[in-house]
Amino acid sequence: MNEREKALSKVSTLEEALKYINDGTVLMFGGFGGIGNPPTLVEGILQKGVKNLFLIGNDTGFPRVGIGRLVTAGRVKKIITSHIGSNPVAGEQMHRGELDVEFSPQGTLAERIRAGGMGLGGFLTDVGIGTMVEEGKQKIVSLGKEYLLETALTAEVAIIHADRADTFGNLTYIRSARNFNPLVAMAADITIVEADEIVPLGTLDPEVIVTPGVYVDLVIPSGGVNWKWAWEEKKGT
Amino acid sequence: MGLGREKRHLVASRAARELKTGMIVNLGIGIPTLVADYVPPDIHVVFQAENGILGYGPTPREGEEDPFLCNAGGLPVTLSKEASYFDSTVAFGMIRRGLLDLTILGALQVSEEGDLANWIVPGKRVPGMGGAIELAQKARRVIVATEHLARDGRPKILRACTFPLTTRKSVQLIITDMAVIQVTEQGLVLQEVAKEYEPGDVVQATEARLIIPPHVERF
Repeated sequence: MNEREKALSKVSTLEEALKYINDGTVLMFGGFGGIGNPPTLVEGILQKGVKNLFLIGNDTGFPRVGIGRLVTAGRVKKIITSHIGSNPVAGEQMHRGELDVEFSPQGTLAERIRAGGMGLGGFLTDVGIGTMVEEGKQKIVSLGKEYLLETALTAEVAIIHADRADTFGNLTYIRSARNFNPLVAMAADITIVEADEIVPLGTLDPEVIVTPGVYVDLVIPSGGVNWKWAWEEKKGT
Repeated sequence: MGLGREKRHLVASRAARELKTGMIVNLGIGIPTLVADYVPPDIHVVFQAENGILGYGPTPREGEEDPFLCNAGGLPVTLSKEASYFDSTVAFGMIRRGLLDLTILGALQVSEEGDLANWIVPGKRVPGMGGAIELAQKARRVIVATEHLARDGRPKILRACTFPLTTRKSVQLIITDMAVIQVTEQGLVLQEVAKEYEPGDVVQATEARLIIPPHVERF
């Protein structure tokens, strides 16, 4: 690394990254059904013993997969999400009153996170009008049509899985593991990325970078997925 | 799931017959997911997934699964040549903008008017709505593919839903292991009955009123 590369580098360690994640942290995560959840950071949070987390993200994964592992271990107090159906442990905790779950329709949740990341206060949508989703929400008529005001979401820390990161934190993702990752990456005060490959500045074609490095605070190497996928366990049934 | 493998696949293969060339199609979790494996060889559709794929194909052969290429239910899929990847806001932008020709969704309850309930069993189970509200509210055509009866044996097709709604008046066709039922202005019309049942069996397993035309097809 030359002097400029050193000055711009965000490459860090798991230990350093975990300093930002503590009891009660408002933590956004990328991933969808476990795919794109950052495995090394999830493992690190488990090992550190962090509890009472307030999570924001698409779903609670599966009991032994991805972010679902934090739920199963009882480390989560509250979550804003769209789906917990694939993780029965989350459902049980919710019914026992141990886990506070706030549901948002999936596209609305994604857009609330994007709004937070884009520096907006919220947005208007007609999704969920006439259902439970509208309860407690302000209705606004715009251009003659009725909408719900959906508020923006931000977090203290975001944890991201990327395929490739350069040392400045420019990111590319891999196939369907992109999902919520680029949205979450923009919406937190501190964004921590674990990448399958960390490459020198200038390696990534600026045309294909999905998340510009300005959004990223720390880049750590990924140890790779350390769980069995739900479909691997279900094989043969 | 309450149904055996065979019946789930029967529902999926019947639902696949609703696909038409050129359609952009989203499949929900459960039985609908299986539809991607039953696309007739002469039909060319483009499957969309909420996690950010436009253009996926059937389940890969065992041993060829890619953990980073999965549908919204977290199950491995294959990629079609026209495919693109994007984040979930773009996936839902397409849905809200009305670009989906068809969605096939699971159901806890469906009403005579085409109301859909599929995200809360009050007091028991709250899986969450996932993307079902956007899909049911915005896709041009909404088909429900489900078991005819709930796990506890109660009818799912009702005069009015008792569970909290996903959407009102959005379902156009109901495909189950017993029947194919069309939602019309006049009410529910029994179009087809599965080979092993008679129309009377369907009536008995359905709380909603069914209009039975003189000729009912078999599937």
